[in-house]
Amino acid sequence: MYLRSGDRPQASSRLALRIAVVGGVAVALFAVLFFRLWNLQVLSGPDYLAEAKNNRTRSFKVIAPRGDIVARNGETIVDNRTSLALQLNTARLPADPAEANAELRRVGQLAHMSPRKLRRTIREGEEVAAGAPVTLRKDVGYDLVYYLEENKRDFPGLAVQRVFLRRYPHGTFGAHFVGSVGEVTEEQLKERPYKQLEPGDEVGQGGVEATYDRYLRGQPGLTRIQVNALGQPTPGGQLYSKPPTPGESLKLTVDPAVQEAGEAALSERGLPGAFITMNVDNGEILGLGSSPTFDPSEFTRPMTQAQVDQLYRNPSAPLNDRATEGLYPTGSTFKLITALAGLEEGLVTPSSTIDDTGSITVGEQKFENSEGVANGPVDLVSALRVSSDVYFYLLGLKMWDNNKLQNWAHALGIGRPTGIDIPGVEGLLPSKAWRNQLYKAGETERPWSAGDDIQLATGQGDLQTNPLQMAVAYATLANGGTVPTPHLGLGVEDAAGRVLEEFEPKPRRHVRIDPESRQVILEGLHEAAQAPGGTSYPIFSSFPIEVAGKTGTAERVGHANQSWYIVLAPYPNPRIVTAVTVEEGGFGAESAAPAAKTILEAYFHKALQEESSKSSTG
Amino acid sequence: MMYATRARNARPEPFAVRVGIAERLGIANLDWPLAFAAIGLVSFSVFTLAQATTHDVPGSPNYYVDRQALYGLLGIVGMLVLTRIDYSRFRELRVGIYTFLCASVSLVFVFGFAARGSRRAFELPFFSFQPSELGKLLLVLALAGFVIDGARRGSEVQRTVRYLCLGLAPAALVFLQPDLGTSMVFAVATLAVMYFGGVRWTHFAVIGGALVALIALVLVVAPAVGTPVLKGYQQERLTSFLDPHAHEAGAGYQQNQSVIATGSGQLTGRGDRATQTRLDFVPERHTDFIFAVIGERYGFAGAALVLSLYALLIWRALRIVTLSKNSYGTLVAGGIAVSVLFQVFVNVGMNLGIMPITGIPLPLMSYGGSSVLATFLAVGVLQSINVQARIGQRGRFAW
Repeated sequence: MYLRSGDRPQASSRLALRIAVVGGVAVALFAVLFFRLWNLQVLSGPDYLAEAKNNRTRSFKVIAPRGDIVARNGETIVDNRTSLALQLNTARLPADPAEANAELRRVGQLAHMSPRKLRRTIREGEEVAAGAPVTLRKDVGYDLVYYLEENKRDFPGLAVQRVFLRRYPHGTFGAHFVGSVGEVTEEQLKERPYKQLEPGDEVGQGGVEATYDRYLRGQPGLTRIQVNALGQPTPGGQLYSKPPTPGESLKLTVDPAVQEAGEAALSERGLPGAFITMNVDNGEILGLGSSPTFDPSEFTRPMTQAQVDQLYRNPSAPLNDRATEGLYPTGSTFKLITALAGLEEGLVTPSSTIDDTGSITVGEQKFENSEGVANGPVDLVSALRVSSDVYFYLLGLKMWDNNKLQNWAHALGIGRPTGIDIPGVEGLLPSKAWRNQLYKAGETERPWSAGDDIQLATGQGDLQTNPLQMAVAYATLANGGTVPTPHLGLGVEDAAGRVLEEFEPKPRRHVRIDPESRQVILEGLHEAAQAPGGTSYPIFSSFPIEVAGKTGTAERVGHANQSWYIVLAPYPNPRIVTAVTVEEGGFGAESAAPAAKTILEAYFHKALQEESSKSSTG
Repeated sequence: MMYATRARNARPEPFAVRVGIAERLGIANLDWPLAFAAIGLVSFSVFTLAQATTHDVPGSPNYYVDRQALYGLLGIVGMLVLTRIDYSRFRELRVGIYTFLCASVSLVFVFGFAARGSRRAFELPFFSFQPSELGKLLLVLALAGFVIDGARRGSEVQRTVRYLCLGLAPAALVFLQPDLGTSMVFAVATLAVMYFGGVRWTHFAVIGGALVALIALVLVVAPAVGTPVLKGYQQERLTSFLDPHAHEAGAGYQQNQSVIATGSGQLTGRGDRATQTRLDFVPERHTDFIFAVIGERYGFAGAALVLSLYALLIWRALRIVTLSKNSYGTLVAGGIAVSVLFQVFVNVGMNLGIMPITGIPLPLMSYGGSSVLATFLAVGVLQSINVQARIGQRGRFAW
């Protein structure tokens, strides 16, 4: 029924029903809205709040500057420089794939990267930290910065970011022990000290940078900013900022004067070689170097293929630290150990003499002095002075079957880890058990023989050691039986120079050495260096400080003789040991001893000055 | 002589009566809860805009607030003016109103300015006028008149078809602007007027069936055969709410962000720490998605308050439907009540992720002069129906 116009409202039952239906629908609709609202805001509210917060913040890690590495006198060995890195914010690339491609192509041209390489870099960056800007190139020049500034519109996603790079103010100084800095590797991330790191973080790789990484690394800061729906920072939207904690600075035991002298002396020779100067009492390394060397700053920049070849495919292996990782026979420098073993085992006395006829024959094998010289009757001191091989051949022969020489060499640290705080090698101390086992396995053609021990007694044969192990052995004798732990880390300081921690590694072990044995051997070495007829007398005769030094001339298959010199100074109570080796350097006195002298001059610089002023006034 | 009424002629004033100030102002017989709801809503809108849109227009932090407040005041004045006009006059003007309605929504095609691909509004010196907003009210006023006057012409089926055509013609024009949301409101208003006009349930059943078929045709069949009726974005918006996560970056994005915004408000809201609606995650926060702003800033408390005000408004509107002194008033009040209910439900439902994105503003809350003014005028018409009903009951008129 239709209502007649002008009628008073006949609130007919049909209209009332229709109104009631609409009212019911309205109630239902409002109920739906209220229910939904309650569900969203009260029941799931916290979830949505978390989602909203997640929506609007973006965190950026602020890299902490790495701690400096300084020498014992505070001189800087490694510090940081700020560099400009080209970064690409992939979120700001055009959404259209074709446009994005075109943009990437232009970015690639600017960064000197092929599209493929660029794509790979971006992909890797995204894997490391999705959403964060990807570093395309480090250390870009200001010309690029200005170009970008002028053409901002063309490169919306590109930005130049300040980053820290390692700086090596002294070039090659300490190249072999400072190590470098690089991105943490996947394997490292699984190890405990790197657990808290994230892919892409930089850590020390090699050398003291790696060993003391936890001090040098510092704590990255965090900035959390608020972004709008486009991912752009909002004004005043910095929500949270934790400044980075710079790394602590590492003080090394290295004495720059000694280090420089050693490196210079080696490079002067122009031959591969190594040196180490160490405090005999506490194992502090005053200088340690290897030649040929390299400039560690090359690792902070992208390398050319030529540089890569020069470093990695070079037969003279500049990256190799010959001082700690070399594997050499030592020649006569080993005689100190043979002498000590002979004395301590009661095989010789300081006064017992033998007649050095220039050679001995064991079985069918003849062992000769260098150039077949006959030294006549020699006691221990004179045997060391003139470096009589025969004297030590006989000692080696006496011990060939009882492992006593090996026991002493082992006790003094030959062929075993030294505990140094940078990578080192174990080396090889040949012994009867070792050779016979190889023989059983069919890896060598003959079992252990007296000849092997005779050779070992003079530092020849299968012996594989390096200046570091020899320096430790000499230091042990010099200090009366304490095997020091060689180390480069002296302590840690904060940015203000306050000492936070000092490293005093405990001695490896103690060896019981008769003071008389020590005294006799040192005397022999002293005479070798500074008594007429001594092997290094020509070098050290005029040296104003009394020293005890031993030459070595190691025969290496396929190489010319390797020159060795190990010197303890000052005599008779040595503070330092210096070991030098020069591959193919000839006789010990030819190249290693002069280099060692240069190092000692640097170490005793002050004392020598006083000496010369005294002599000039007197 | 707008105030001349049938009641006056029918029942001359027997006594000299002192006329109070309230009666002179025409507010003596106001439905106060209705006025309270409408003014409360627009005030809350101004309050919300003041807090949420400070940074939206660079250089003028009060851009939206000032304007919305002005529209609100104009709307209140308009409401009061309409209160004192006998709405029955509109029935006589139905043809003129209907003509004006169709002309204005058509002229937009010629003179309108395009915003985001659709022409909906005229650019006037001080604000842009969107005729389809006022059209919602005009359609109800005109169509109710047609229904009353055509009550005895033709068969019931003919009448139903006639009303449908009359209502759907302007709806189609608005749809072509294109403005899907408003055309839906037109359609709903048309059906509401017909409903209160007594069109048979069976006819509604047929219309409902046709509607389902139409939706199926538009959303499924037409795109399948390659002649889509809806624009791509319209279709996506309509369907994406069914599975917002499938369209997180596309059409579902807005709705997803709006749901997060509302949800994150929790019980008491985040106030100025709101981020979703403050940092552009939620688009159109001053217009279509203002409810999400309220939800995030003022939490369940604020959102429930707004919904309660709407519930109050609708209840009073439905009450006026029952009170109306004549059937024209019943139809007009019913049409207004249902179309406001529809808009509120669709918009809030859209904000809460249970209704599709249709671009229907939230009456009195969404920023926009045309919408606020038109809604206040609609409330004014409701008030007029109420006033006239009361005058009729008391046997005298207010003027």
